[in-house]
Amino acid sequence: MTVLSARGLCKHFDGVVAADQVTIEVAAGERVGLIGSNGAGKTTFVNMITGYLKPDQGRIELQGRDITPLGPRQIERLGVARSFQIPQLFPELSVLDNMLAADACAQGGLSAWQPARDAARRARAEAGLDRFSLREHAARRVAELAGGVRKLLDIAVALTRAPSVLLLDEPTSGVSVEEKFPVMETVMGALDRARTTVLFVEHDMEIVQRYASRVVAFYSGRVLADGAPAAVLADAEVRRHVTGAEA
Amino acid sequence: MNTALTILADGVAYASWLFIVALGLTLVFGVLKILNVAHGSFYAVGAYAAATFVAWFATWGFAPWLSLIALLLGSVAVAALLAPLTERGLLRVFYGRDEVLLVLVTYALFLVLEDLMKLVWGVNPYFVTAPYGLFGNVQIGGQSYVGYDLALVAVAITCGLGVWWGLNRTRAGKVVLAVIHSAEIAASMGVNVGRVYTFAFMFGIFLAALGGALTAPMISVQPGVSVAVVIVSFAVVIIGGLGSIEGAAIGALIVGMARSLAVHTWPPAELFSIYAAMAVVLIFRPEGLFQRVKARRI
Amino acid sequence: MKKTAAMGLAVLAALLAGGLLAPKWLLFLVTMSAANGLVSLGIVLMMRGGVVSFGQGLVFAAGGYAAALVSNKLGVSDALLLAAAGGGAAVLLAAPFAPLLARYRGIFFAMLTLALSMVLYGVLMKSESLGGSDGFNMRRPTLLGFSIPDAWSGYALYALVVTIAVLLSTAARVYFDSARGLVALAIRENELRVEYLGASVRRVMALDFVLAAFLGGVGGALAVMALGHIEPQFSYWTTSGEFVFVSILAGHHSVAAVFAASLVLELVRSFSSAYFPNTWQLALGLFLLIVIRFLPKGLGSLFNRFSRQAAP
Repeated sequence: MTVLSARGLCKHFDGVVAADQVTIEVAAGERVGLIGSNGAGKTTFVNMITGYLKPDQGRIELQGRDITPLGPRQIERLGVARSFQIPQLFPELSVLDNMLAADACAQGGLSAWQPARDAARRARAEAGLDRFSLREHAARRVAELAGGVRKLLDIAVALTRAPSVLLLDEPTSGVSVEEKFPVMETVMGALDRARTTVLFVEHDMEIVQRYASRVVAFYSGRVLADGAPAAVLADAEVRRHVTGAEA
Repeated sequence: MNTALTILADGVAYASWLFIVALGLTLVFGVLKILNVAHGSFYAVGAYAAATFVAWFATWGFAPWLSLIALLLGSVAVAALLAPLTERGLLRVFYGRDEVLLVLVTYALFLVLEDLMKLVWGVNPYFVTAPYGLFGNVQIGGQSYVGYDLALVAVAITCGLGVWWGLNRTRAGKVVLAVIHSAEIAASMGVNVGRVYTFAFMFGIFLAALGGALTAPMISVQPGVSVAVVIVSFAVVIIGGLGSIEGAAIGALIVGMARSLAVHTWPPAELFSIYAAMAVVLIFRPEGLFQRVKARRI
Repeated sequence: MKKTAAMGLAVLAALLAGGLLAPKWLLFLVTMSAANGLVSLGIVLMMRGGVVSFGQGLVFAAGGYAAALVSNKLGVSDALLLAAAGGGAAVLLAAPFAPLLARYRGIFFAMLTLALSMVLYGVLMKSESLGGSDGFNMRRPTLLGFSIPDAWSGYALYALVVTIAVLLSTAARVYFDSARGLVALAIRENELRVEYLGASVRRVMALDFVLAAFLGGVGGALAVMALGHIEPQFSYWTTSGEFVFVSILAGHHSVAAVFAASLVLELVRSFSSAYFPNTWQLALGLFLLIVIRFLPKGLGSLFNRFSRQAAP
């Protein structure tokens, strides 16, 4: 069942083609790796899907509903969440408060009197932290955390409202080599249990091979290849323009 | 016709000293990225210092025209003594912090200087009238103008052109421009940014004090003169655009003319017109009339 | 929330009882600090969202003039109605600007709020019908239908102001602890993420601006009632500056700290006038520098180190 569909997306900035007839259909539960060198159009694609950018042409549908004209707020409400390459958190607040704040934001109809930290919300927030084994950090300020922990928290925050679709922007960038696989194991394990559809932008091909059920390769704003990981990574064009490994 | 000329003359006269002060304020913002609430306080200190120097010169029996030198000396003394102390001793501690935080720091400085001035010079007004009559009256087109006012306009124009020339046509000026665009990049190219900051601040304060010194003969120098200057000079630099020399000039003219027009045609508008202009600019063109070209940040 | 309400009631009881024993000068001082504290509380409310208003004098004056005019021209004398009129007038004045100001940050927010307050100042200074630069007097209000006898005027006004202050403070605390309150703190830290999580930054900021206006307006009305006089100075930038001083001194974590800081301001002003003339601004300035440098989260952060409750 198609959960997310992007058809014929085009976008250019001052003559630079960031997206050229990008068409991708994602089925529920898929784990799609988005690869491509810098400037290939991966982040532009993510920005369009999450409503931060409007495509010049094309149509995006979420579970059959047209979301092309919507902004980040409305798209989040419909069940699409994203994490960020550089973790976007609330530095002076505690880890738990970050989760609670995310919970409050996602509630809609912000209450002016209902406590943000009541028992029910705390329980939800702590459960969210448990998914990534972050409970031990609950009282610490985000500004004091290490990079890998912040990355995990960034994703945990994105998962606050159990989205149906999650976009991860370079989940292992900035994470030390030893931590990369443990981080991805934790994240993918949690997402598997929740049966979330995931699209993740990645530069590390080992991570891609290990965790993607499908790979889409970008180059100059176009989709170069789209299919099973082994096939795409072996593709000659992909090797030339993306992975750099000559055939 | 007479009224129109009077309005014009009044407006330009007001704009002259205001431009000198605002030029200093906008320069300090342009280089140090600090919106200095205490700028008006340095204006007042300049006025008090001028009063002191003029009185000294008189007691020492110097010729009346030397009182002009006294005015100038007053401003230089203020800049030389207070500016480095302020910049190095106080502002430097907060560099890199949030811009609003620095406004609060300069507001604290304003509070401190208000009382320090009272402690040094007392609360009674000073009158520095001697220099005002030095240039006599000048007849232009049937109207009589005070020579001093015209001289003030000349000084304002000189300051403006001088600063422009200094920034754009000298080597040192190019260095300052580099720091204005990006202190980080300038530093990585070997520029001693700290020295540029100190010098720019000193020069900005000198202009504030000069504005105060030159205006002293026209007002009664007493506690509280700084307060109105602070807010009016803010209006000027916001209207003209923070960091812009042309902006300071046009802003000063707009404020001067608006005030003059109101005073002569519709007095109730005298005060609010200036701030309404400030609000309108902030609403429709927040960066001011002359936007500083911002360098691309890496 | 119940805990907050209980605390509020306890504080109110203590204040009302203590007021019976306090000397007249102290009663007046606390009355003024409570009224002014409400205005600063409005600034703190906005500070939690990341913006500092340098023009709170606008709503302070609006509330004051509204209360005074309603009393003088419309004959309404009940203090509670006048306080409500003050708050209402301030809200009406501020509301049209709320969506606009919700888009401003940093220096531009500060300058625009400053400009608006100075526009009102300029208008008031030249309004002969409103007393121009001198302002005008306001007669003593009545309380719940009773006129206040001279002997009790100090305590009656004190009780009125302190009660309203505690009520509004309790409401503010509940608001700070609510979902909206937490989202405001999040906005201060990272607006982008807040939008990506589904909340509207602009709507929160706009509402906060209006709520702050209400607090400022009520504060202004109460101040006028306590002083018996209103003037354009209420909207001048130096008045707004004092409210900002109190807000910075207090920090945005504790509501009680705002009133403590407001009291500090009044105490410094009074004592310095009496013993060391021409030094109160010097003292304030140094205070402010010390707080900015060494206690950036304000006095409130000290409170929290000793209390059981979690920080924000």
